[in-house]
Amino acid sequence: MKTPPRLIESLRDALNNAPELPPRFLRGVSATVRVGDLVSGTSLGGRLGELAGRSVLVATRDQLAAALALIELDGVARRLVVVTPDLPAEHLPIVSAKAHVDAIVSDREGEDGVPISLRVFSTGTVVATNGTPPANRQTEWVLLTSGTTGAPKLVSHTTATLTGAIADSPSPRTDVVWGTFYDIRRYGGLQIFFRAVLGRASLVLSDANEPPGNYLARLAAHAVTHVSGTPSHWRRALMTPEARAIAPRYVRLSGEIADQGILSALRCLYPQASVGHAFASTEAGVAFEVNDGLEGFPAHMVGASGDVQIEVVDGSLRIRSPRCATGYVGDEPSTLTDDEGLVDTGDIVERRDDRYYFLGRRSGVINVGGLKVHPEEVEAAINRHPAVRMSMVRSRRNPITGSVVAADVVLTRESGEGATAEFEREIRQICHDRLAPHKIPATIRFVPALQLAAAGKLARHA
Amino acid sequence: MSIRATVISEIQKVAQDDKRSLLRLTDDLVLLDSGLNSLAIAILVARLEDTLGFDPFTESRDAAYPVTVGDLVRFYEDAAEAHRVASRRVE
Repeated sequence: MKTPPRLIESLRDALNNAPELPPRFLRGVSATVRVGDLVSGTSLGGRLGELAGRSVLVATRDQLAAALALIELDGVARRLVVVTPDLPAEHLPIVSAKAHVDAIVSDREGEDGVPISLRVFSTGTVVATNGTPPANRQTEWVLLTSGTTGAPKLVSHTTATLTGAIADSPSPRTDVVWGTFYDIRRYGGLQIFFRAVLGRASLVLSDANEPPGNYLARLAAHAVTHVSGTPSHWRRALMTPEARAIAPRYVRLSGEIADQGILSALRCLYPQASVGHAFASTEAGVAFEVNDGLEGFPAHMVGASGDVQIEVVDGSLRIRSPRCATGYVGDEPSTLTDDEGLVDTGDIVERRDDRYYFLGRRSGVINVGGLKVHPEEVEAAINRHPAVRMSMVRSRRNPITGSVVAADVVLTRESGEGATAEFEREIRQICHDRLAPHKIPATIRFVPALQLAAAGKLARHA
Repeated sequence: MSIRATVISEIQKVAQDDKRSLLRLTDDLVLLDSGLNSLAIAILVARLEDTLGFDPFTESRDAAYPVTVGDLVRFYEDAAEAHRVASRRVE
Protein backbone atom coordinates (compact mmCIF):
# COMPACT_ATOMS: atom_id res chain seq x y z
CA MET A 1 0.00 0.00 0.00
CA LYS A 2 1.36 3.38 -0.89
CA THR A 3 2.16 5.81 1.88
CA PRO A 4 -0.23 8.74 1.98
CA PRO A 5 1.21 12.24 2.15
CA ARG A 6 1.61 13.98 5.49
CA LEU A 7 -1.48 15.98 6.27
CA ILE A 8 0.48 19.23 6.18
CA GLU A 9 1.98 18.26 2.78
CA SER A 10 -1.49 17.68 1.44
CA LEU A 11 -2.48 21.18 2.57
CA ARG A 12 0.67 22.66 1.00
CA ASP A 13 0.01 20.82 -2.28
CA ALA A 14 -3.49 22.21 -2.36
CA LEU A 15 -2.21 25.76 -1.86
CA ASN A 16 0.59 25.41 -4.45
CA ASN A 17 -1.19 23.40 -7.13
CA ALA A 18 -4.70 24.76 -6.89
CA PRO A 19 -4.37 28.34 -5.66
CA GLU A 20 -7.64 29.15 -7.37
CA LEU A 21 -9.55 26.98 -4.90
CA PRO A 22 -11.67 28.89 -2.43
CA PRO A 23 -10.27 28.85 1.12
CA ARG A 24 -11.51 26.09 3.35
CA PHE A 25 -12.11 26.09 7.03
CA LEU A 26 -12.11 24.07 10.20
CA ARG A 27 -15.00 25.38 12.21
CA GLY A 28 -15.31 24.76 15.92
CA VAL A 29 -18.26 25.73 18.05
CA SER A 30 -16.72 29.11 18.96
CA ALA A 31 -13.75 29.62 16.61
CA THR A 32 -12.87 29.11 12.96
CA VAL A 33 -9.46 28.46 11.39
CA ARG A 34 -8.52 28.88 7.76
CA VAL A 35 -6.89 25.49 7.10
CA GLY A 36 -4.23 26.83 4.68
CA ASP A 37 -2.82 29.08 7.40
CA LEU A 38 -1.34 25.98 9.06
CA VAL A 39 1.14 25.57 6.18
CA SER A 40 3.12 28.54 7.48
CA GLY A 41 1.64 28.71 10.94
CA THR A 42 1.35 26.89 14.23
CA SER A 43 -1.18 26.27 16.99
CA LEU A 44 1.55 24.91 19.27
CA GLY A 45 3.50 28.10 19.90
CA GLY A 46 6.11 27.10 17.31
CA ARG A 47 7.31 24.24 19.54
CA LEU A 48 6.74 21.48 16.98
CA GLY A 49 10.47 20.74 16.83
CA GLU A 50 10.49 19.72 20.50
CA LEU A 51 7.86 17.08 19.78
CA ALA A 52 9.69 15.48 16.84
CA GLY A 53 10.18 11.76 17.31
CA ARG A 54 8.22 11.62 20.54
CA SER A 55 5.19 9.70 21.75
CA VAL A 56 2.75 12.58 22.11
CA LEU A 57 -0.49 12.48 24.06
CA VAL A 58 -3.00 14.85 22.45
CA ALA A 59 -5.36 15.61 25.31
CA THR A 60 -7.15 18.85 24.53
CA ARG A 61 -10.62 19.64 25.74
CA ASP A 62 -11.41 21.56 22.57
CA GLN A 63 -11.95 19.57 19.39
CA LEU A 64 -10.64 22.30 17.07
CA ALA A 65 -7.42 22.46 19.09
CA ALA A 66 -7.05 18.69 18.69
CA ALA A 67 -7.65 18.92 14.93
CA LEU A 68 -4.95 21.54 14.50
CA ALA A 69 -2.46 19.64 16.67
CA LEU A 70 -3.08 16.40 14.76
CA ILE A 71 -2.41 18.12 11.41
CA GLU A 72 0.81 19.63 12.69
CA LEU A 73 2.05 16.49 14.44
CA ASP A 74 1.32 13.94 11.71
CA GLY A 75 4.69 13.04 10.23
CA VAL A 76 6.54 14.73 13.10
CA ALA A 77 5.68 12.72 16.22
CA ARG A 78 6.73 9.08 16.41
CA ARG A 79 3.40 8.23 18.00
CA LEU A 80 0.18 10.21 18.41
CA VAL A 81 -2.05 9.08 21.25
CA VAL A 82 -5.46 10.56 20.54
CA VAL A 83 -7.39 10.99 23.79
CA THR A 84 -11.18 10.93 23.60
CA PRO A 85 -12.76 13.85 25.46
CA ASP A 86 -14.78 11.67 27.84
CA LEU A 87 -11.83 9.59 29.05
CA PRO A 88 -12.13 9.42 32.86
CA ALA A 89 -9.26 11.37 34.44
CA GLU A 90 -8.02 8.33 36.35
CA HIS A 91 -7.34 6.51 33.06
CA LEU A 92 -5.05 9.21 31.69
CA PRO A 93 -1.91 8.09 33.60
CA ILE A 94 -2.62 4.45 32.64
CA VAL A 95 -2.97 5.31 28.95
CA SER A 96 0.20 7.43 29.10
CA ALA A 97 2.24 4.68 30.71
CA LYS A 98 1.00 2.01 28.29
CA ALA A 99 1.84 4.13 25.26
CA HIS A 100 5.23 5.30 26.65
CA VAL A 101 4.12 8.88 26.30
CA ASP A 102 6.93 11.42 26.69
CA ALA A 103 5.17 14.65 25.69
CA ILE A 104 1.70 16.11 26.18
CA VAL A 105 -0.27 18.58 24.09
CA SER A 106 -3.08 20.10 26.12
CA ASP A 107 -5.21 23.23 26.23
CA ARG A 108 -5.68 23.37 29.98
CA GLU A 109 -3.52 24.13 32.96
CA GLY A 110 -3.59 22.09 36.11
CA GLU A 111 -2.62 18.72 37.47
CA ASP A 112 -3.61 15.68 35.41
CA GLY A 113 -1.59 13.06 37.29
CA VAL A 114 0.68 12.30 34.35
CA PRO A 115 4.38 12.51 35.31
CA ILE A 116 5.59 14.09 32.04
CA SER A 117 7.55 17.33 32.01
CA LEU A 118 7.47 18.14 28.28
CA ARG A 119 4.16 19.92 27.91
CA VAL A 120 3.08 22.00 24.95
CA PHE A 121 0.14 24.32 25.22
CA SER A 122 -2.30 24.27 22.34
CA THR A 123 -3.96 27.59 21.67
CA GLY A 124 -6.64 26.41 19.28
CA THR A 125 -5.68 29.28 16.97
CA VAL A 126 -3.01 29.57 14.27
CA VAL A 127 -0.23 32.15 14.31
CA ALA A 128 2.40 32.59 11.60
CA THR A 129 5.77 30.96 12.15
CA ASN A 130 8.95 30.79 10.09
CA GLY A 131 10.36 27.75 11.80
CA THR A 132 11.81 24.97 9.61
CA PRO A 133 9.47 22.00 9.45
CA PRO A 134 11.00 18.93 11.16
CA ALA A 135 12.00 15.94 9.06
CA ASN A 136 9.36 13.58 7.74
CA ARG A 137 8.71 10.35 9.55
CA GLN A 138 6.01 7.72 9.80
CA THR A 139 3.62 8.48 12.62
CA GLU A 140 1.85 5.72 14.51
CA TRP A 141 -1.69 6.69 15.52
CA VAL A 142 -3.06 5.24 18.74
CA LEU A 143 -6.83 5.40 19.22
CA LEU A 144 -8.78 4.51 22.33
CA THR A 145 -11.70 2.14 21.99
CA SER A 146 -14.95 3.31 23.49
CA GLY A 147 -15.50 0.46 25.91
CA THR A 148 -18.28 0.91 28.44
CA THR A 149 -16.38 -0.50 31.40
CA GLY A 150 -12.78 -0.62 32.54
CA ALA A 151 -9.80 1.05 30.95
CA PRO A 152 -9.95 1.60 27.20
CA LYS A 153 -7.89 -0.52 24.81
CA LEU A 154 -5.19 1.25 22.83
CA VAL A 155 -5.48 0.44 19.15
CA SER A 156 -2.57 1.09 16.82
CA HIS A 157 -2.97 2.42 13.26
CA THR A 158 -0.78 3.98 10.60
CA THR A 159 -1.74 6.92 8.41
CA ALA A 160 -2.06 4.32 5.64
CA THR A 161 -4.53 2.10 7.52
CA LEU A 162 -6.56 5.14 8.59
CA THR A 163 -6.82 6.62 5.10
CA GLY A 164 -7.10 3.37 3.12
CA ALA A 165 -10.81 3.83 2.44
CA ILE A 166 -10.42 7.36 1.11
CA ALA A 167 -10.15 7.95 -2.63
CA ASP A 168 -6.66 8.91 -3.85
CA SER A 169 -7.67 11.95 -5.82
CA PRO A 170 -9.74 14.63 -4.14
CA SER A 171 -13.20 15.27 -5.48
CA PRO A 172 -13.23 17.79 -8.32
CA ARG A 173 -15.99 19.60 -6.47
CA THR A 174 -14.66 22.61 -4.64
CA ASP A 175 -17.67 23.21 -2.43
CA VAL A 176 -17.55 20.13 -0.20
CA VAL A 177 -18.33 20.88 3.43
CA TRP A 178 -18.25 17.96 5.86
CA GLY A 179 -20.07 17.73 9.14
CA THR A 180 -19.97 14.88 11.63
CA PHE A 181 -21.84 14.27 14.83
CA TYR A 182 -18.83 12.24 15.95
CA ASP A 183 -15.97 13.73 17.85
CA ILE A 184 -12.98 13.50 15.48
CA ARG A 185 -11.00 11.71 18.19
CA ARG A 186 -13.11 8.61 17.68
CA TYR A 187 -12.56 6.34 14.71
CA GLY A 188 -15.77 7.39 12.94
CA GLY A 189 -14.99 11.08 13.34
CA LEU A 190 -11.31 10.71 12.50
CA GLN A 191 -12.35 9.21 9.15
CA ILE A 192 -14.27 12.37 8.37
CA PHE A 193 -11.37 14.55 9.56
CA PHE A 194 -9.02 12.77 7.10
CA ARG A 195 -11.59 12.96 4.32
CA ALA A 196 -11.94 16.70 4.81
CA VAL A 197 -8.20 17.46 5.09
CA LEU A 198 -7.08 15.18 2.25
CA GLY A 199 -10.15 15.89 0.14
CA ARG A 200 -9.73 19.66 0.17
CA ALA A 201 -13.01 20.19 1.98
CA SER A 202 -14.11 22.27 4.93
CA LEU A 203 -15.22 20.61 8.16
CA VAL A 204 -17.74 21.83 10.73
CA LEU A 205 -16.94 20.21 14.08
CA SER A 206 -19.65 19.27 16.54
CA ASP A 207 -19.43 19.85 20.26
CA ALA A 208 -20.41 17.46 23.02
CA ASN A 209 -22.24 20.19 24.95
CA GLU A 210 -24.13 21.54 21.98
CA PRO A 211 -27.76 20.47 21.44
CA PRO A 212 -28.15 18.61 18.12
CA GLY A 213 -30.50 21.28 16.78
CA ASN A 214 -27.86 23.98 17.29
CA TYR A 215 -25.23 21.90 15.51
CA LEU A 216 -27.61 21.31 12.60
CA ALA A 217 -28.27 25.05 12.45
CA ARG A 218 -24.51 25.66 12.17
CA LEU A 219 -24.28 22.99 9.47
CA ALA A 220 -27.06 24.76 7.60
CA ALA A 221 -25.36 28.15 7.98
CA HIS A 222 -22.18 26.75 6.40
CA ALA A 223 -24.03 24.92 3.58
CA VAL A 224 -22.93 21.44 4.61
CA THR A 225 -22.83 18.90 1.77
CA HIS A 226 -21.65 15.71 3.50
CA VAL A 227 -22.74 14.60 6.98
CA SER A 228 -21.85 11.54 9.04
CA GLY A 229 -22.99 10.06 12.33
CA THR A 230 -24.24 6.94 14.06
CA PRO A 231 -27.84 5.83 13.47
CA SER A 232 -28.58 7.06 17.01
CA HIS A 233 -27.08 10.47 16.18
CA TRP A 234 -29.31 10.62 13.12
CA ARG A 235 -32.47 9.52 14.93
CA ARG A 236 -31.91 12.23 17.49
CA ALA A 237 -31.18 14.77 14.73
CA LEU A 238 -34.40 13.88 12.95
CA MET A 239 -36.30 14.88 16.07
CA THR A 240 -35.17 18.49 15.66
CA PRO A 241 -36.82 21.01 13.34
CA GLU A 242 -33.32 22.10 12.20
CA ALA A 243 -32.84 18.74 10.42
CA ARG A 244 -35.00 20.24 7.68
CA ALA A 245 -32.63 23.19 7.29
CA ILE A 246 -29.79 21.19 5.72
CA ALA A 247 -29.76 19.66 2.24
CA PRO A 248 -26.75 17.32 2.14
CA ARG A 249 -25.62 15.46 -0.99
CA TYR A 250 -24.19 12.61 1.05
CA VAL A 251 -25.45 11.13 4.30
CA ARG A 252 -23.28 8.55 6.00
CA LEU A 253 -24.08 6.22 8.90
CA SER A 254 -21.62 4.05 10.80
CA GLY A 255 -20.81 2.71 14.25
CA GLU A 256 -24.13 0.96 14.89
CA ILE A 257 -26.55 -1.08 12.82
CA ALA A 258 -28.26 1.07 10.21
CA ASP A 259 -31.74 -0.40 10.07
CA GLN A 260 -34.25 0.11 7.28
CA GLY A 261 -36.26 2.53 9.40
CA ILE A 262 -33.48 5.12 9.69
CA LEU A 263 -32.24 4.59 6.11
CA SER A 264 -35.74 5.17 4.75
CA ALA A 265 -36.38 8.16 7.03
CA LEU A 266 -33.16 9.82 5.80
CA ARG A 267 -33.94 9.01 2.18
CA CYS A 268 -37.35 10.58 2.62
CA LEU A 269 -36.06 13.75 4.32
CA TYR A 270 -33.06 14.16 1.98
CA PRO A 271 -34.30 12.88 -1.40
CA GLN A 272 -31.38 14.57 -3.19
CA ALA A 273 -28.76 12.79 -1.07
CA SER A 274 -26.97 9.53 -1.48
CA VAL A 275 -27.49 7.66 1.81
CA GLY A 276 -24.82 5.11 2.67
CA HIS A 277 -23.90 3.05 5.68
CA ALA A 278 -20.36 1.95 6.43
CA PHE A 279 -19.26 -1.01 8.44
CA ALA A 280 -16.32 0.21 10.46
CA SER A 281 -14.76 -0.23 13.88
CA THR A 282 -11.62 1.07 15.55
CA GLU A 283 -10.06 -2.38 15.26
CA ALA A 284 -11.32 -3.55 11.87
CA GLY A 285 -11.11 -0.16 10.15
CA VAL A 286 -13.56 0.77 7.41
CA ALA A 287 -14.41 -2.67 6.06
CA PHE A 288 -17.05 -1.83 3.49
CA GLU A 289 -19.70 0.68 2.54
CA VAL A 290 -23.24 -0.12 1.42
CA ASN A 291 -24.84 2.42 -0.87
CA ASP A 292 -27.97 0.72 -2.21
CA GLY A 293 -30.22 2.25 0.44
CA LEU A 294 -30.98 -1.11 2.02
CA GLU A 295 -30.07 -2.46 5.44
CA GLY A 296 -27.53 -5.28 5.66
CA PHE A 297 -25.18 -6.10 2.79
CA PRO A 298 -25.19 -8.33 -0.31
CA ALA A 299 -24.25 -11.95 0.40
CA HIS A 300 -21.81 -12.09 -2.53
CA MET A 301 -19.43 -9.84 -0.58
CA VAL A 302 -18.69 -12.69 1.82
CA GLY A 303 -15.78 -14.83 0.66
CA ALA A 304 -15.17 -12.64 -2.40
CA SER A 305 -11.57 -11.95 -3.38
CA GLY A 306 -10.22 -8.43 -3.16
CA ASP A 307 -8.18 -6.30 -0.81
CA VAL A 308 -10.88 -6.71 1.84
CA GLN A 309 -11.75 -10.23 2.91
CA ILE A 310 -15.11 -10.72 4.63
CA GLU A 311 -15.92 -14.02 6.33
CA VAL A 312 -18.72 -15.21 8.57
CA VAL A 313 -17.47 -17.63 11.24
CA ASP A 314 -19.92 -19.00 13.83
CA GLY A 315 -22.34 -16.30 12.77
CA SER A 316 -19.95 -13.45 13.49
CA LEU A 317 -18.45 -11.13 10.93
CA ARG A 318 -14.69 -11.34 10.47
CA ILE A 319 -12.63 -8.92 8.43
CA ARG A 320 -9.15 -8.77 6.97
CA SER A 321 -8.30 -5.56 5.19
CA PRO A 322 -5.44 -3.13 4.66
CA ARG A 323 -7.48 -0.77 6.85
CA CYS A 324 -7.41 -3.02 9.92
CA ALA A 325 -5.49 -1.79 12.93
CA THR A 326 -1.94 -3.10 13.21
CA GLY A 327 -2.38 -4.29 16.82
CA TYR A 328 -2.92 -3.27 20.41
CA VAL A 329 -0.48 -1.16 22.39
CA GLY A 330 0.61 -2.28 25.84
CA ASP A 331 0.17 -5.58 27.62
CA GLU A 332 -3.24 -6.29 26.13
CA PRO A 333 -4.06 -9.96 26.72
CA SER A 334 -6.35 -10.28 23.72
CA THR A 335 -4.96 -10.38 20.23
CA LEU A 336 -6.46 -8.39 17.41
CA THR A 337 -6.71 -11.18 14.86
CA ASP A 338 -7.54 -14.88 14.77
CA ASP A 339 -5.23 -17.60 13.41
CA GLU A 340 -6.22 -16.69 9.87
CA GLY A 341 -5.32 -13.03 10.36
CA LEU A 342 -8.97 -11.95 10.48
CA VAL A 343 -10.37 -9.44 12.97
CA ASP A 344 -13.43 -10.84 14.76
CA THR A 345 -15.79 -7.88 14.91
CA GLY A 346 -18.14 -9.45 17.47
CA ASP A 347 -21.06 -8.49 15.22
CA ILE A 348 -23.54 -11.27 14.59
CA VAL A 349 -25.01 -11.52 11.09
CA GLU A 350 -27.66 -13.76 9.59
CA ARG A 351 -28.20 -14.61 5.94
CA ARG A 352 -31.71 -14.26 4.52
CA ASP A 353 -31.94 -14.95 0.79
CA ASP A 354 -29.15 -13.04 -0.95
CA ARG A 355 -28.37 -10.62 1.85
CA TYR A 356 -26.76 -10.62 5.27
CA TYR A 357 -28.43 -8.71 8.09
CA PHE A 358 -26.86 -7.51 11.33
CA LEU A 359 -28.48 -9.03 14.42
CA GLY A 360 -26.39 -7.26 17.07
CA ARG A 361 -23.33 -7.60 19.21
CA ARG A 362 -22.39 -11.03 20.47
CA SER A 363 -21.99 -9.60 23.95
CA GLY A 364 -25.46 -8.00 24.18
CA VAL A 365 -27.60 -11.08 23.77
CA ILE A 366 -30.83 -11.43 25.80
CA ASN A 367 -31.66 -14.98 26.82
CA VAL A 368 -35.40 -15.74 26.81
CA GLY A 369 -35.93 -19.23 28.15
CA GLY A 370 -32.74 -20.44 26.43
CA LEU A 371 -33.46 -18.66 23.16
CA LYS A 372 -31.21 -15.82 22.08
CA VAL A 373 -32.42 -12.36 21.20
CA HIS A 374 -30.23 -9.60 19.79
CA PRO A 375 -31.69 -6.28 20.96
CA GLU A 376 -30.74 -4.56 17.69
CA GLU A 377 -32.81 -6.99 15.63
CA VAL A 378 -35.92 -6.17 17.66
CA GLU A 379 -35.17 -2.42 17.54
CA ALA A 380 -34.90 -2.64 13.75
CA ALA A 381 -38.42 -4.12 13.59
CA ILE A 382 -39.89 -1.53 15.99
CA ASN A 383 -38.17 1.31 14.11
CA ARG A 384 -40.08 0.36 10.96
CA HIS A 385 -43.18 1.96 12.40
CA PRO A 386 -43.41 5.45 10.89
CA ALA A 387 -44.30 7.05 14.24
CA VAL A 388 -41.19 5.63 15.93
CA ARG A 389 -38.06 7.77 16.04
CA MET A 390 -35.89 5.40 18.03
CA SER A 391 -36.09 2.51 20.41
CA MET A 392 -33.99 0.58 22.86
CA VAL A 393 -34.59 -3.02 23.68
CA ARG A 394 -33.34 -4.43 26.95
CA SER A 395 -33.53 -7.51 29.04
CA ARG A 396 -36.07 -7.67 31.84
CA ARG A 397 -35.79 -10.28 34.57
CA ASN A 398 -38.60 -12.74 34.56
CA PRO A 399 -39.48 -15.60 36.93
CA ILE A 400 -40.78 -17.83 34.13
CA THR A 401 -38.22 -17.56 31.34
CA GLY A 402 -35.28 -15.91 33.13
CA SER A 403 -35.63 -12.85 30.94
CA VAL A 404 -38.10 -11.30 28.59
CA VAL A 405 -37.66 -8.56 26.03
CA ALA A 406 -38.69 -5.03 27.06
CA ALA A 407 -38.72 -2.04 24.73
CA ASP A 408 -38.45 1.69 25.37
CA VAL A 409 -39.80 3.64 22.42
CA VAL A 410 -39.43 7.30 21.47
CA LEU A 411 -42.08 8.60 19.07
CA THR A 412 -41.42 11.19 16.38
CA ARG A 413 -42.23 14.79 17.22
CA GLU A 414 -45.17 14.76 14.83
CA SER A 415 -46.73 11.77 16.57
CA GLY A 416 -46.87 13.61 19.85
CA GLU A 417 -48.23 11.90 22.89
CA GLY A 418 -51.51 10.88 21.32
CA ALA A 419 -52.66 7.40 20.50
CA THR A 420 -49.99 5.30 22.19
CA ALA A 421 -52.33 2.33 22.63
CA GLU A 422 -52.90 2.30 18.88
CA PHE A 423 -49.15 2.66 18.17
CA GLU A 424 -48.41 -0.18 20.57
CA ARG A 425 -50.87 -2.43 18.76
CA GLU A 426 -49.33 -1.56 15.38
CA ILE A 427 -45.75 -2.01 16.63
CA ARG A 428 -46.75 -5.42 17.99
CA GLN A 429 -48.20 -6.32 14.61
CA ILE A 430 -44.94 -5.38 12.84
CA CYS A 431 -42.95 -7.43 15.36
CA HIS A 432 -45.36 -10.33 14.99
CA ASP A 433 -44.89 -10.29 11.21
CA ARG A 434 -41.08 -10.14 11.33
CA LEU A 435 -39.86 -11.80 14.52
CA ALA A 436 -40.05 -15.13 16.30
CA PRO A 437 -42.45 -15.00 19.28
CA HIS A 438 -39.70 -14.90 21.96
CA LYS A 439 -38.22 -11.78 20.30
CA ILE A 440 -41.44 -9.75 20.45
CA PRO A 441 -41.28 -7.27 23.35
CA ALA A 442 -43.28 -8.45 26.35
CA THR A 443 -43.70 -4.85 27.40
CA ILE A 444 -43.50 -1.62 25.44
CA ARG A 445 -42.99 1.68 27.23
CA PHE A 446 -43.19 5.06 25.54
CA VAL A 447 -40.48 7.42 26.79
CA PRO A 448 -39.64 11.03 25.89
CA ALA A 449 -35.97 10.35 25.09
CA LEU A 450 -33.21 7.77 25.19
CA GLN A 451 -29.72 8.41 26.42
CA LEU A 452 -26.75 8.25 24.08
CA ALA A 453 -23.30 7.33 25.37
CA ALA A 454 -20.40 9.61 24.53
CA ALA A 455 -19.58 7.63 21.40
CA GLY A 456 -23.00 8.46 19.94
CA LYS A 457 -24.37 5.00 20.42
CA LEU A 458 -27.35 4.01 22.53
CA ALA A 459 -26.39 3.83 26.21
CA ARG A 460 -27.12 0.16 26.88
CA HIS A 461 -27.03 -1.07 30.41
CA ALA A 462 -26.55 -4.67 31.39
CA MET B 1 -61.00 -3.30 38.54
CA SER B 2 -60.70 -6.34 40.83
CA ILE B 3 -57.51 -8.42 40.82
CA ARG B 4 -59.46 -11.24 39.21
CA ALA B 5 -60.77 -9.04 36.41
CA THR B 6 -57.30 -7.56 35.83
CA VAL B 7 -55.62 -10.97 35.60
CA ILE B 8 -58.29 -12.39 33.28
CA SER B 9 -58.21 -9.34 31.06
CA GLU B 10 -54.38 -9.41 30.76
CA ILE B 11 -54.51 -13.13 29.89
CA GLN B 12 -56.91 -12.32 27.07
CA LYS B 13 -54.69 -9.47 25.83
CA VAL B 14 -51.56 -11.62 25.82
CA ALA B 15 -53.37 -14.33 23.87
CA GLN B 16 -54.75 -11.79 21.45
CA ASP B 17 -51.30 -10.22 20.83
CA ASP B 18 -49.85 -13.64 20.13
CA LYS B 19 -52.83 -14.63 17.94
CA ARG B 20 -53.60 -17.54 20.24
CA SER B 21 -57.06 -18.87 20.86
CA LEU B 22 -57.97 -19.53 24.47
CA LEU B 23 -60.23 -22.09 26.06
CA ARG B 24 -62.91 -20.70 28.37
CA LEU B 25 -61.03 -19.45 31.44
CA THR B 26 -62.59 -21.46 34.26
CA ASP B 27 -60.87 -21.68 37.65
CA ASP B 28 -59.91 -25.35 37.24
CA LEU B 29 -58.46 -24.95 33.76
CA VAL B 30 -54.74 -25.84 33.75
CA LEU B 31 -52.86 -22.70 32.67
CA LEU B 32 -50.63 -24.47 30.16
CA ASP B 33 -53.72 -26.13 28.63
CA SER B 34 -55.52 -22.83 28.28
CA GLY B 35 -53.72 -21.89 25.08
CA LEU B 36 -50.92 -20.02 26.82
CA ASN B 37 -47.39 -21.41 26.60
CA SER B 38 -44.61 -20.57 29.06
CA LEU B 39 -43.46 -17.60 26.99
CA ALA B 40 -47.00 -16.19 27.06
CA ILE B 41 -47.13 -16.66 30.83
CA ALA B 42 -43.75 -14.93 31.16
CA ILE B 43 -45.15 -11.98 29.21
CA LEU B 44 -48.30 -12.04 31.34
CA VAL B 45 -46.25 -11.83 34.55
CA ALA B 46 -44.23 -8.88 33.21
CA ARG B 47 -47.37 -6.97 32.21
CA LEU B 48 -49.20 -7.68 35.45
CA GLU B 49 -46.18 -6.34 37.28
CA ASP B 50 -46.53 -3.11 35.29
CA THR B 51 -50.29 -2.92 35.92
CA LEU B 52 -50.43 -4.00 39.57
CA GLY B 53 -46.96 -2.94 40.73
CA PHE B 54 -45.89 -6.32 42.06
CA ASP B 55 -44.70 -9.72 40.90
CA PRO B 56 -45.81 -12.50 43.31
CA PHE B 57 -43.51 -15.04 41.61
CA THR B 58 -40.45 -13.08 42.72
CA GLU B 59 -41.86 -11.94 46.07
CA SER B 60 -43.62 -15.06 47.25
CA ARG B 61 -41.94 -17.47 49.63
CA ASP B 62 -44.53 -19.96 48.49
CA ALA B 63 -42.60 -22.39 46.30
CA ALA B 64 -45.74 -23.73 44.64
CA TYR B 65 -46.23 -22.11 41.28
CA PRO B 66 -49.85 -21.72 40.24
CA VAL B 67 -51.09 -24.54 38.01
CA THR B 68 -54.64 -23.55 37.18
CA VAL B 69 -56.26 -20.27 36.25
CA GLY B 70 -57.86 -20.20 39.71
CA ASP B 71 -54.43 -20.72 41.34
CA LEU B 72 -53.02 -17.82 39.36
CA VAL B 73 -55.86 -15.47 40.32
CA ARG B 74 -55.50 -16.44 44.02
CA PHE B 75 -51.70 -16.04 43.77
CA TYR B 76 -52.16 -12.41 42.71
CA GLU B 77 -55.04 -11.81 45.18
CA ASP B 78 -52.88 -13.08 48.07
CA ALA B 79 -49.94 -10.96 46.96
CA ALA B 80 -52.21 -7.92 46.69
CA GLU B 81 -53.48 -8.58 50.22
CA ALA B 82 -49.89 -8.90 51.50
CA HIS B 83 -49.09 -5.55 49.88
CA ARG B 84 -52.13 -3.94 51.52
CA VAL B 85 -51.04 -5.22 54.93
CA ALA B 86 -47.49 -4.06 54.34
CA SER B 87 -48.57 -0.59 53.29
CA ARG B 88 -50.91 -0.31 56.32
CA ARG B 89 -47.96 -1.11 58.58
CA VAL B 90 -45.92 1.62 56.96
CA GLU B 91 -48.71 4.11 57.66
